[in-house]
Amino acid sequence: MALVEIDELHLTMTSYDGAAHVLAGVSLSLERGEIWGLVGETGCGKSLTGLTLSRLVASPPARYLSGAVRFDGRDLLAADEETMRDLRGRRIGMIFQDPTTNLNPAFRVGTQMIDVALHAGRVDPSILGLAAGASRGARRRAARDLAVSMLDRVGIVDAARRIDDYPHQFSGGMRQRVLIAMALIGRPDLIIADEPTTALDVSVQAQILALLHRLAAEDGLAILLITHNLGVVAQIASHVAVMYAGAVVEAGDVRAVLKSPRHPYTQALIAALPRADVKRGALAGLPGVVPDLLTPPPGCRFLPRCPIGAADCARAAPGLAPVDTGQRVACFRAERAA
Amino acid sequence: MSALLQLENVTRVYRGGGPFSQGAEIVALDDVSLSVARGSCFGVVGESGSGKTTLTRIALGLEAPTRGRVTFDGVDVAGLRGAARKRLRRRVQIVFQDPYASLDPRMSVHDIVAEGMVIHRDSLGLDARARTARVVELLGLVGLGAQHLNRYPHEFSGGQRQRICIARALAVEPELLILDEPTSALDVSVQAQVLALFEELKARLDLTYVFISHDLGVVRYVCDRVAVIHRGRIVEENEATRLFAAPQSAHARELIAAMPDPDPDRSPFRRAVL
Repeated sequence: MALVEIDELHLTMTSYDGAAHVLAGVSLSLERGEIWGLVGETGCGKSLTGLTLSRLVASPPARYLSGAVRFDGRDLLAADEETMRDLRGRRIGMIFQDPTTNLNPAFRVGTQMIDVALHAGRVDPSILGLAAGASRGARRRAARDLAVSMLDRVGIVDAARRIDDYPHQFSGGMRQRVLIAMALIGRPDLIIADEPTTALDVSVQAQILALLHRLAAEDGLAILLITHNLGVVAQIASHVAVMYAGAVVEAGDVRAVLKSPRHPYTQALIAALPRADVKRGALAGLPGVVPDLLTPPPGCRFLPRCPIGAADCARAAPGLAPVDTGQRVACFRAERAA
Repeated sequence: MSALLQLENVTRVYRGGGPFSQGAEIVALDDVSLSVARGSCFGVVGESGSGKTTLTRIALGLEAPTRGRVTFDGVDVAGLRGAARKRLRRRVQIVFQDPYASLDPRMSVHDIVAEGMVIHRDSLGLDARARTARVVELLGLVGLGAQHLNRYPHEFSGGQRQRICIARALAVEPELLILDEPTSALDVSVQAQVLALFEELKARLDLTYVFISHDLGVVRYVCDRVAVIHRGRIVEENEATRLFAAPQSAHARELIAAMPDPDPDRSPFRRAVL
């Protein structure tokens, strides 16, 4: 059984102008040790998909219409808030884009990490290495030791001293390491990393990607890496899912999807990258704009921008089906596997 | 080709410390010389804090160098005052990174694009009616239309907003356009459209670009010459094709190596695993 399973998830967001169908049948499953890149344009629902895994989408305005989100066999949509609180920051860790706004500038890094460790320790005392009923002082000392060891693990030099520094005393890349260390405290099975390197310089980005890659390999972590950068995905992801207007349109092994994309949208995304072999003036943009999700086009949502679409594509939304190169593609006109 | 913008041994030093203390000096630009040929696209790449922003501020004339000389079209910028200075500013315009933050949400598209023409009405000589006609013409040039005239920024997508910013920059008929990370906030498909627009405009309006970015893929695609800036110094400058094919300095090599290649077979991690 997969660690994470999102099955045909439909979600609407209520706004003044009506309900927007923002997730229209998202399916995704992650095994331990896999890094899944989740890519797509702004507003396609990739961050929302990540947030549904920790159920951090406020409802209302969100309404789950149908589908399921399962984590380690447990139905997250039916779980009560207390269960979710025990999962978040424990078995499900999250890392966000901007490491500056995700740390409280008024508290030492250590204080913020110890809070997380104490919370994780309340749910599972073994995380702090203590028996149940240990004294408050013992728990605090263990929490601090754990925080220092995590900082050390993510490559912060002189962690035992740096833990008493404030966030502003760290560089952007170092702050992102602190947040990764924080996400690791609860010994998570899954890390949701939403644009973790977008705010960083390329050389720092390479270091953070190396760190995430190492963690997935060493701890058997599953990582959902949400990004719009196909280069980042190509570097560390084992698998990739491409989203368009609230649905996964292509998913599978990273080499299959990036080297022989079968969905016209994935093909267009790759064609829009200024790679070394693209001559000036030859870069192909994708004409048209992302559809308004308040009034999405009928059938395949990509049809209005699709170079190979035909009238019958508007009849129904295509589901994911395997193609010859192994990945699954949601397109009526993609060549199917025999 | 003649140089449109030239920096000779430009150094810019800021005084560190707070409002009540005198801290150490910060050398934001250290003996920088470069020459941007008319009609070319000159790329400047560097990491955050390398001095890219100081360089743009000096090129725009918003900041004077501590030492060194800046000449635009052969004229020393430092000696210009009053009307002459204002005329110079009209000839250099900028498009910023974030089209969400660089448009006033309370101004209509018409007012945003026309504002520069009002400020420079002495040299452009356009009355209100002519300005509106020119706004419509500019919107057409960047792929928008007269129907967008009375709309407000929030009604546009990121790519459309960047087009409005471009129209605003072009309104005062500049010769040099500084593009400061103009596509970093955009999706790749939109980025491709905006880059195509830059190329088309450059040919049509005889523009010269200074393209500032940390996205080396984009720089390689659009620039003729590239300067790599590191800690306020230019560590390497060359034709784009040469610089990317055979970087000479350690820092340029490092930057190029860290570029995430969209080919999974070229990933340094995958190679280690296989």
